[in-house]
Amino acid sequence: MGRFHPHLSFFRMQLIKGLQYRTAAWAGIFTQFFWGFMQIQLYRALYAAHQSTFPMALSGLVSYIWLRQAFLALLNTWSYEYELFDMILSGNVALELCRPVGLYGMWFARNAALRVSRAALRCGPILIISALLPAPWGLNPPASWGAFAAFLLSLILTLGVTCAMTLIVYFSCFYTLSSQGLRTVLDPVTEFLNGAIVPLPFMPAWLSSVLRYTPFGAMVNAPLRIYSGDIRGMELTETLLLQVFWLAALTGLGWLIQHRGLKRLCLQGG
Amino acid sequence: MRLYLKFVAMHLKRSMAYKQSFFMSTLGQFLISFSAFLSMWFLLSRFGTVGGYTLGECMLCAGVTLSGFSLAECFFRGFDRFSGIVKSAGFDRVMLRPRGLMLQVLCDDIEFARLGKLIQSIVMLAWGVARSPVAWTPWRALVLLLMVAGGTVIFAALFILYAALCFFTLEGLEVVNIFTHGMREYGVYPLDVYGGGILKFCTFVIPYALFQYYPLMALLGRTEHWFLGLMPMLTPLFLIPCAALWQIGVRRYKSAGS
Repeated sequence: MGRFHPHLSFFRMQLIKGLQYRTAAWAGIFTQFFWGFMQIQLYRALYAAHQSTFPMALSGLVSYIWLRQAFLALLNTWSYEYELFDMILSGNVALELCRPVGLYGMWFARNAALRVSRAALRCGPILIISALLPAPWGLNPPASWGAFAAFLLSLILTLGVTCAMTLIVYFSCFYTLSSQGLRTVLDPVTEFLNGAIVPLPFMPAWLSSVLRYTPFGAMVNAPLRIYSGDIRGMELTETLLLQVFWLAALTGLGWLIQHRGLKRLCLQGG
Repeated sequence: MRLYLKFVAMHLKRSMAYKQSFFMSTLGQFLISFSAFLSMWFLLSRFGTVGGYTLGECMLCAGVTLSGFSLAECFFRGFDRFSGIVKSAGFDRVMLRPRGLMLQVLCDDIEFARLGKLIQSIVMLAWGVARSPVAWTPWRALVLLLMVAGGTVIFAALFILYAALCFFTLEGLEVVNIFTHGMREYGVYPLDVYGGGILKFCTFVIPYALFQYYPLMALLGRTEHWFLGLMPMLTPLFLIPCAALWQIGVRRYKSAGS
């Protein structure tokens, strides 16, 4: 056993923990298949009647739906570790502060690992089976090798942006103690605006053109549309740069909230 | 029944004790189904129709499905949380009391914040009523009421089914969510949009179509058969297998906790 970088070992610990729940993962996979299928059926009905005004290629949209199902745990907004909220509430966060690693980096690694472990279990079966499905329903290959590489890069950036967003919710707990209120309002709003429910091209033009430049456009929307070549050329470079920008901005903001929160932190409990 | 009303009053008082948190959760529930409304609005204002249905017609359909779901979710919440009761062996305590088991589970929890969804669905229903080309008559109003009631029955039966399965698995089965939350999400469009296979499944396996698709056809005047409007009256039949499974589960229940 070599010496791990501390962030890496937190990542590893969490990964092993997450890989324990296999039955839950299978049940989840089945559920996600069903949801993906129903969504495709809906869009096929729309496509059948309105081919000329359809804002995306149907094959690209089908890939979008399957990739979202496969990487759901990586991309969703609601992957919280409730332990951490409890930690802030019960004062156990003091123990975390005793560790010789920065709180922000540690929790970032934990959240990223939680997402990766959940996604690692589920994405394999979903990707393989959906790729084997017959033509209108199956997952299509990426537009090109270049698109695929850009997709992978963008997927990692999305993971970062999403984690940074989650951490802001964690640390806002320093001020409000209960995150419930924030979560019940923020989660559905984010989930809608980032294109997880209706892809951005299907929204009214004024809205999607604004959302492109917000953190919401730098989340699930980016990699899934890059994959099928729906975002390419100049737009691709722009999207990736926006993702990097929002990753830096949200991480900075989260770190600042954490830093100021810790300064005025008054430990709860005894 | 008197006992049940007492419990309803008790739960209402309980949730009113924390007013701020109550309104916050109600708002959250409202927002969750608001995205269903928004996505429907976006898609239909872009394309005009889906599977031949206009925005008003879909709103009507969505209003019915969501009202049925939120009513069932609010009052049958005890069954939704049942895996917790079984796992902690709380069911032993329930069995010791001299009252019906179902009644007790029913009374275990009533969450009024879930009615946030109901407000949302009533808004959609009202929009649908105003915008759809239906000429309203007392008969059609009756059909609409039957549809909402039928939806509540179907979703309630599914919650009971979900609880009954807990006797066998101890864990709550996430898969069952497909049939409750999945239907809430996808049942906002008339079921034939998803193709004939799904419609058959929703008629013969889990009869959602009884309260959604068939009476809707009667409501929109797309069929000659007026009796389709009375289809929701058949929904209580679905309660029979669900309640039977519950009975089997109760009989083979072995306590789980210490």
